[in-house]
Amino acid sequence: MQVFPFVVVAWILGVGLYGVVTSRHLVHQIICLIVVQSSTYVLLLGVGYVTGAVAPYYFDVPNHTPAVDPVVQACALTDVVVEAAVTALLLSFAIQAYKRFGTLDPQELAELKG
Amino acid sequence: MTPSQRRWIFLVAGAGLAAFYLWGLSGLPGFGNYPGPYGPAILRIAVAQTNATGVVSAINFDYRGFDTVGEEFILFVAATGVAIVLRMLRGERERSAVDEAADRNVPPTSSAVRMVALLFTGPVVLAGWWLASHAQTDPSGGFQGGVMLATAFVLIYLSGEFLVFKRFSPADITDAVEAVGAGGYAAIGVSAVAMGLAYLKDFLPLGQVPGAVSSSGTIALISFFVGIEVAAAFILIVAELLEQTLLIRQGG
Repeated sequence: MQVFPFVVVAWILGVGLYGVVTSRHLVHQIICLIVVQSSTYVLLLGVGYVTGAVAPYYFDVPNHTPAVDPVVQACALTDVVVEAAVTALLLSFAIQAYKRFGTLDPQELAELKG
Repeated sequence: MTPSQRRWIFLVAGAGLAAFYLWGLSGLPGFGNYPGPYGPAILRIAVAQTNATGVVSAINFDYRGFDTVGEEFILFVAATGVAIVLRMLRGERERSAVDEAADRNVPPTSSAVRMVALLFTGPVVLAGWWLASHAQTDPSGGFQGGVMLATAFVLIYLSGEFLVFKRFSPADITDAVEAVGAGGYAAIGVSAVAMGLAYLKDFLPLGQVPGAVSSSGTIALISFFVGIEVAAAFILIVAELLEQTLLIRQGG
């Protein structure tokens, strides 16, 4: 069984989570969260992959050519849009946190809140 | 919690996560052996049913059209949320974009950056429009096209000043375009209901040639509305974030 794509998923997820946990800057932490979410794209596309198949577009290949699963690709698109929305909101929270507390260090922010 | 404590908790939780992941992986059919059934079923019927050669677009804007309404409104709500979170707070006032630190020497935008940004603006608009209007044909669609269209406005910002960016994308018009984009999609679904069909059922003629721009009925139309909604949402988000550079706290 070819497992390399799923190892890549675990690696991206792992480094992203490690970054979120150890981050000392909110913007860096948000970017780490994006990395975490990127692992789900690889996972979705990896699950739907079919060896030797074409992309699910019949513009320049004959109809009914074996293609990879289009459903997971549609899910990946949804995933990207949600990520963009989440990132925009988190960045605006980071701006307001900096205005309110004068720091972007999650550790210091936790201490300030008590 | 100290950082080292947090790291230990992470390592323990990460080991648990890894165990679950391996357990889940052992139940998968293996890379390259996707067994279906949904993908193959849709691949068999999609082109004949929707006359779109882009099967992913057919799923997004037809088979899973209802999910995509929700997806579009996630972005709509996020843009609204950014505007609310970054509203002007008490004790804040807007000022021109001059640097607070008098001793810091900020160089003006270089001519090279202005030139490249100006050169790219036209082609980026064209490419974005092309993407938003070819969802039924190939790997494009309203989401990709909308983001590219918004990029054109960011290039205008790069080539000039924030105020130029604001002049090219006035907040009132951007708000209205976003509302039309989000509402248009929902309205297409309701029109189908008014004709006695299911919500978001394709009710337009499917055209002759599969994958032609005129083919696939509502898929192309929905993609267009998604395109302008996404473009407006991203312009709003970028404008809200950039506007923060113009705000200072009084006395702070």
